Amino acid sequence: MNWLTVALIVLGLFFLVVGSIGMLRLPDVFTRSHALSLTDSLGGLFVLGGLAVHHGFSASFFKILLVLGLVYLLNPVVAHATIRAAYRAGLRPGKGEQDDL
Amino acid sequence: MSTFFFYVMVIITAVMLVYLYRVVRGPTVFDRVLGLNGISTKAIILIVLIGTLFERVDMFVDISTGYAILNLVGALAITKFLEQRGETSGEERS
Repeated sequence: MNWLTVALIVLGLFFLVVGSIGMLRLPDVFTRSHALSLTDSLGGLFVLGGLAVHHGFSASFFKILLVLGLVYLLNPVVAHATIRAAYRAGLRPGKGEQDDL
Repeated sequence: MSTFFFYVMVIITAVMLVYLYRVVRGPTVFDRVLGLNGISTKAIILIVLIGTLFERVDMFVDISTGYAILNLVGALAITKFLEQRGETSGEERS
């Protein structure tokens, strides 16, 4: 039982769960994108980092780091592209579409 | 250690169900694109976890890399298409 792996993965799971709560509760697409991209980057960093630590210094370590680099390339690019498309389609931040009450 | 990874996989699957709710019930189409992006990021992490559980991580990491590249290209294509479709595409038609 490697305690560093467990600590990193539990920390990453905390960020993933917080991101899902934000995705569920926030009012419009801009704030949802904020919740998604930030917590996904940090949660992916901690969970994949914990798995890389679990596998030790081998080829799998560098392959998991490559996947982590791809996640860090993918996540901000897709969030930025989605928000740019939403802005050009006429949505504006500040007035949410859904009313919780 | 194996049971710990199993419970981590269960929690990540529950998180993916929340994103699936957002994909199904998103008011605009951009919420659905965001939810799909979140689901595929969790799927990348989940594939690496499955490889760790099966002791074959050197094979499953390659699948995960391919999935990440496919998700990047697909999401960029969808957002480019929605961006070029013009002004009236923001609201949901039901």
